[in-house]
Amino acid sequence: MNFAEALRSAFEALAAHKLRSALTMLGIVIGVAAVIAMVAVGGGAREQVVAQIRSLGANLLVVIPGNITQGGVRLGTGAANTLTDDDATAIMRDVAAVQVTAPTIRVPVQMIANAQNWATAAFGVDLGFFEAREWEVESGRSFSPEEIARGAQVMLLGQTAARNLFADESPIGQTVRVRNVPMTVIGVLARKGQSALGQDQDDTALVPLLTARSRLAGTNRANARSVGQILVKVREGFDLNGTLEDVRELLRQRHRLQPGQEDDFTIRNLSEIAATREASARTLALLLAAVAGVSLAVGGIGIMNIMLVSVTERTREIGLRLAIGARQRDILRQFLIEATVLAAFGGIVGVALGVAAAQIVSLNAGWPLLIDPVTVLAAVVFAGLVGIFFGWYPAWRAAKLDPVEALRAT
Amino acid sequence: MALVQTRGLERRYVLGGETVMALAGVSLDIGEGEFVAVMGPSGSGKSTFMNVIGCLDRPSSGSYRLADEEVSTLDADALAAVRNRRIGFVFQQFHLLQTLNALGNVALPMLYAGLDRKLRMEKAAAALTRVGLGDRLHHRPTELSGGQQQRVAIARAIVNTPSILLADEPTGALDSRTSLDIMALFQALHHEGATVIVVTHEADVAAFASRVVRFKDGKVLSDQRQRPRDAAAAFAAEEEAAA
Repeated sequence: MNFAEALRSAFEALAAHKLRSALTMLGIVIGVAAVIAMVAVGGGAREQVVAQIRSLGANLLVVIPGNITQGGVRLGTGAANTLTDDDATAIMRDVAAVQVTAPTIRVPVQMIANAQNWATAAFGVDLGFFEAREWEVESGRSFSPEEIARGAQVMLLGQTAARNLFADESPIGQTVRVRNVPMTVIGVLARKGQSALGQDQDDTALVPLLTARSRLAGTNRANARSVGQILVKVREGFDLNGTLEDVRELLRQRHRLQPGQEDDFTIRNLSEIAATREASARTLALLLAAVAGVSLAVGGIGIMNIMLVSVTERTREIGLRLAIGARQRDILRQFLIEATVLAAFGGIVGVALGVAAAQIVSLNAGWPLLIDPVTVLAAVVFAGLVGIFFGWYPAWRAAKLDPVEALRAT
Repeated sequence: MALVQTRGLERRYVLGGETVMALAGVSLDIGEGEFVAVMGPSGSGKSTFMNVIGCLDRPSSGSYRLADEEVSTLDADALAAVRNRRIGFVFQQFHLLQTLNALGNVALPMLYAGLDRKLRMEKAAAALTRVGLGDRLHHRPTELSGGQQQRVAIARAIVNTPSILLADEPTGALDSRTSLDIMALFQALHHEGATVIVVTHEADVAAFASRVVRFKDGKVLSDQRQRPRDAAAAFAAEEEAAA
């Protein structure tokens, strides 16, 4: 009997017990669906993390001022005015691994344009900011070095801020008033989307650092050169954590901190936040893998069970087949193919279900849907292998039946 | 040279620590074209004899030559091939596969012979037509009467043109009228040249054979030739009486 014929009779035998075949497949279906969903969700989450790291600006360290204590009251991280423009310049100059630094200050502002107003966080930046954050201007133009140097009253808007102030109108050339200071919008930034922490990065406005300092923030003599944070972009191929230590050492020297004295600043490695999220996605994937493994094993045992029942029920059929000339290997193959078809078909249904599940998850989580054809093929093949593995014993039992005994069975 | 030649055929079973002699030295020749009835009470060894002759079972000792080939020493695969090519079985319970129609059931032996599908279907249809079921090719066993099912089984037995047609109580599950009909079919096949061996415990059935071999305690008790009764005529007479 050739393979196509054997396959055909396997389908006929399985079709004779449709409900039983369907229920037998269920374990494999769930197992394979879990595998497919796992790979798709895991891949999607990883892709999202990579995208977030990219939107943050890759290889980025953020230096923020530390805590100060006033009369026993600890004001928390960021309260001190310990970081200055000069720190940024020094980091750029003295740490070889640093590509660029960008001192920024953050000012909460109420912006007013024509009939609309909108509250957002404005950032005072210099030209290094665009390089550090890998952020481009989509329409209009960026700041000129001259505007940065002189503290011109010009502004770049993020997509969300622009839409809220001007709706569909082009904001370029328009005037936005902030604290009674008129600013000319010269460009709109490219879309960045959500940050790793879920903030809308497009709800922002950028102004030259000097403008923010002199016009927006109530700056006094004491903090005339202080900055809210310094972005430090590390050159490609340099160790982020090693560079973090170098920057820390430099700042400790510059701030004249004694050994044992606490840092008056904090350095964050933003990639690590993203990496944490990736790790949790990996945990989820691992969990699904465990479910898939257990389910496939249970599904396989279910197939074995049903095949054993089937062999017992069809003892007379086996006897008859032997009597009319089937060899033991023909019988073995027949039952093995039935088990494999059952499992592989379950695998195909599982793939369909898994893709659907991944689609739902990715729609809800906003992740890209990543379904690798190789994974799909591997899942179906693996399901088939489960069928062969668990179908072997029942098929072997069938093949070993004595024809005389089998024919006499009731 | 006899088609079936057994010499000192023995078959022993061990049952619950005791050795049972199912066949205790059977030497028998059956020539080509004979119609033999093998008779005996249950436990006489007639079924074991049929299983050995049909290559479903191997003798414990002794020789069995089928068409001049020693088959008692063949391995399982070789025996399967002999069953496939040389033996046609007909069973009391028909043993049809419920999932297949008449054509599919009859074509089954040729599947294991490795014939291609088109040829299988042609030969199966021809065999079914020969047994008078040319108009029932696509009926499933559940849609056929007992007599028709046994005809399908006979078609399956003759489809590979075997050396021996082996029937084990072929009328055991049929009423007397249908039994006559089936025996008439066996006689017709015999007249066409088939070698038929029917195992039965019914004298009525054995009457249609031209030779009766009686078994007792695993041995041949008697071996007689007789003038067979005409099954077709008996069937016609019964039909007439009913009408």
